Amino acid sequence: MRWIAALLVAVALCGTAQAATGDDRYGGTLRLITTAGSGSFDPQINYTERYWEIFQAMYDGLVTFAKTGGKQSLTIVPDLATEVPKPTDGGLTYVFHLRRGIKFSNGQDLTVQAVVHSFRRLFKVNNPNAGTWYDVIVGGRTCNAHPEHCTLPGVVADAASNTITIHLRHPDSEFLDQLAVPFGAILPADTPDHDMGTTPVPGTGAYMVKSFNPSGGIVMVRNPYFHQWSRLAQPRGYPDQIDYSFGLSPEAQVTAVENDQYDWMFEDVPADRLNEIATKFTRQVHIHPVNWFYYAPMNVNIPPFNNKDARLAVEYAVNRESMVKLFGGNALAKPDCQILPPEMPGYQAYCPYTKDPGAKWSAPDWTLAHEYMKKSGMIGQHVTVITEVQAPFRQIGIYLQDVLNRLGFVANVKPISSNIEFNYIQNTNNKVQISITDWDQDYPAASDFLDVLFSCHSFRKGSDNSINISGFCDPAIDDEMAKAETLSLLHPKAANAIWAHVDHQITRRAVVVSLFSVAKLDFTSSSLKNFTFSGEYMFLPQLAVVK
Amino acid sequence: MSDMTANETLAPPAPGYWATAGRKLVRDRAAMISLAVLVVIALLCAAAPWYARHVSHTNPFQSNLSGTVVRHGRTMEVLGAADNPLHLGIEPIGPSWRLGPYMLGADQQGRDVAARMLYGGRNSLLISFASAAVCLVLAALTGILAGFFGGWVDRGISFLLDALWAFPVFLLAISLSVVLIAHGIDFGLFRLDASSLSLPITIIGVIYVPYVARPVRGLVIGLRQSEYVMAAIGIGAPAWRILWYDILPNVISALVVFAPLIVALDLLTEAALSFLSIGVQPPAASWGTIIHDGESLIYTRPVVAIAPGLAIVITVLALNILGDGLRDALDPRAKLRN
Repeated sequence: MRWIAALLVAVALCGTAQAATGDDRYGGTLRLITTAGSGSFDPQINYTERYWEIFQAMYDGLVTFAKTGGKQSLTIVPDLATEVPKPTDGGLTYVFHLRRGIKFSNGQDLTVQAVVHSFRRLFKVNNPNAGTWYDVIVGGRTCNAHPEHCTLPGVVADAASNTITIHLRHPDSEFLDQLAVPFGAILPADTPDHDMGTTPVPGTGAYMVKSFNPSGGIVMVRNPYFHQWSRLAQPRGYPDQIDYSFGLSPEAQVTAVENDQYDWMFEDVPADRLNEIATKFTRQVHIHPVNWFYYAPMNVNIPPFNNKDARLAVEYAVNRESMVKLFGGNALAKPDCQILPPEMPGYQAYCPYTKDPGAKWSAPDWTLAHEYMKKSGMIGQHVTVITEVQAPFRQIGIYLQDVLNRLGFVANVKPISSNIEFNYIQNTNNKVQISITDWDQDYPAASDFLDVLFSCHSFRKGSDNSINISGFCDPAIDDEMAKAETLSLLHPKAANAIWAHVDHQITRRAVVVSLFSVAKLDFTSSSLKNFTFSGEYMFLPQLAVVK
Repeated sequence: MSDMTANETLAPPAPGYWATAGRKLVRDRAAMISLAVLVVIALLCAAAPWYARHVSHTNPFQSNLSGTVVRHGRTMEVLGAADNPLHLGIEPIGPSWRLGPYMLGADQQGRDVAARMLYGGRNSLLISFASAAVCLVLAALTGILAGFFGGWVDRGISFLLDALWAFPVFLLAISLSVVLIAHGIDFGLFRLDASSLSLPITIIGVIYVPYVARPVRGLVIGLRQSEYVMAAIGIGAPAWRILWYDILPNVISALVVFAPLIVALDLLTEAALSFLSIGVQPPAASWGTIIHDGESLIYTRPVVAIAPGLAIVITVLALNILGDGLRDALDPRAKLRN
């Protein structure tokens, strides 16, 4: 008995000593708020920023983007692997050494079998990018064709050396980026091969889900089996608990954060509240550049925009500065003519569709616009602009309708629900002529904009997942992009020059009206300290101090 | 020889049903004030093009994001940058509260709210009155046919009305609008363009038919048993003659009582659909679309949402009071279903 008492005293003293010398930033509950949940909570399925921002604190991949602020947040660091491997075999092979002593939040050990299972599961659960990203792994194509029989021979585990070897079909400079996003999360080896829906899957991260209510919210607590192996890869996190509540409109979220009822809101601050928060809560406003642009894809396969002159007329007529006003002003958006946002590798400022063509947009050129319109022979053609019902999309749609009418089209605007608009405008069966949408990076690579949005393989007739919304396809440009992707592994500068050329070429083809690139504004409570913004994951909730 | 003396005169004929009702209505002060309010609103809305051309000097259907306006001798941007340390936000110019450009300020597209209010009122009133007319005509037709002929005609029509009635009215209106607003209606000869006002008129007109047709049917069943109708049937009068001369005149008074209430309901429905972007389509305006435009300005320029909201409240209130007056004047015993 005596030794037990001694042990208890020692533990108590130890705790007291830790409290006395420890960091008092740890502890407390961070309260996040959003309008609603975002579908499945399966990290290998969910493709939304709303959940990716918290997945990064719950799950780990072999590698990850550094969980820190500034430029460093865009660098890849080792996570469950001991180091970021250099590709061998001409870029075809990657060997990852798995860390030892890591456990999932259910107490299971992290094993090489779990890694293999997780890669196979990407195909078995129909990961949204299984066909575009992960099929580069040897056997990936077969897995895509027959997911139920997926063995993925390209991922080889060696339990003795605790290594995973991944073989690719061809060199892929973005393979590590694609492993570093939450899709690359390593899950327990017994995770079922189906969408887990609202049942949270255990992870190795600093936090785990205590409760999940699809209509109420998520409560995350510390993972009892977690120990920090790399501060950059998976920091321990300051708050003891993270509550992510659902159910408030953006307007109500602003009021709640102003009143310190919540610490951070997911949605963009509505335009009519910007002045208020910038005036009264200046220190709680955080603005960061992001790779994100708003654009209007024009369907190049159906009238009237199968006519290049009609497309050029729209390009010259659109007043990008006016569009910026609809988004909230110059502090949040910048007029744009090209595809790549300013922070993206390969960006070279370029704007041919302005009064004084050059690097920057200055003013619309209505003389040229009318000339092209006349030349196109499309005056009087009916055009429908499809846009989201929510701000600022609806307002942008109405403005674009006005521009089209002034050009001589007979234009309508159809604002439709934000839940379906993005898939609706992708499906060629809906015969969408022009629409308004936006795109932000999955990871910082030019291909994530140019290849994903404009390559022939991104265009699928009759599919809701045809992200090449314009339906543009030029095999020559595809070849150039393939060349850039191959080069970027070893010669990133040369690759960036090609990306810049591709960017300018696609801009000149006028397949989308690039409207503006934006900055991300976060609004936090007065009690939240140490707001950290990652270029990849955006707000890092685990690094917020709320105590 | 006449029995009448020279000083005797004929008693004036008793005033007719409609004349009596008219006199009762005129004596109803609340109903008359409501009627006057409605007439003033209608006249103001009718003057929308004049107002836009000669008072606001703007095109209320064209975006004016980069426009300027002179106020108090100063040139101001219609959409100007908000004055704050972070340079965040753009604010539309506020109301001047004087007759002239931007009397009620601008919306997010830089358009004159007052001019759009008047144009919006035209559309809202047009849709509500036209859809009420559609509703009343269809309700009269179905109610009279079902009530008069009975049998399988009654069963068939009643089934259709019950089916229509089974849907929550707004759910039905929203469903129809969402489906039809994308491509319009195309049944060969009968075509309605997606942006045509005829589309909301038809949708709103149809969804309220059971609310009127049911009471009309009940009324006609009662009339069918009345002595003069039985007599007309007995002497072999054709059905169309009985319907036209004996049934319809008795039904019309009920329809007149219903009319303002249905117009009010239709006005509210139109506003709701337009607020949800499935009614009047931009750049056209209705009071509902202007409330939607104002929703995103509720904290900075609340007048954009409040002004059309007030217009709806005043119009619906006036219609309801007028409806009550009409009911009292035409049939004080009538019990109408809300």
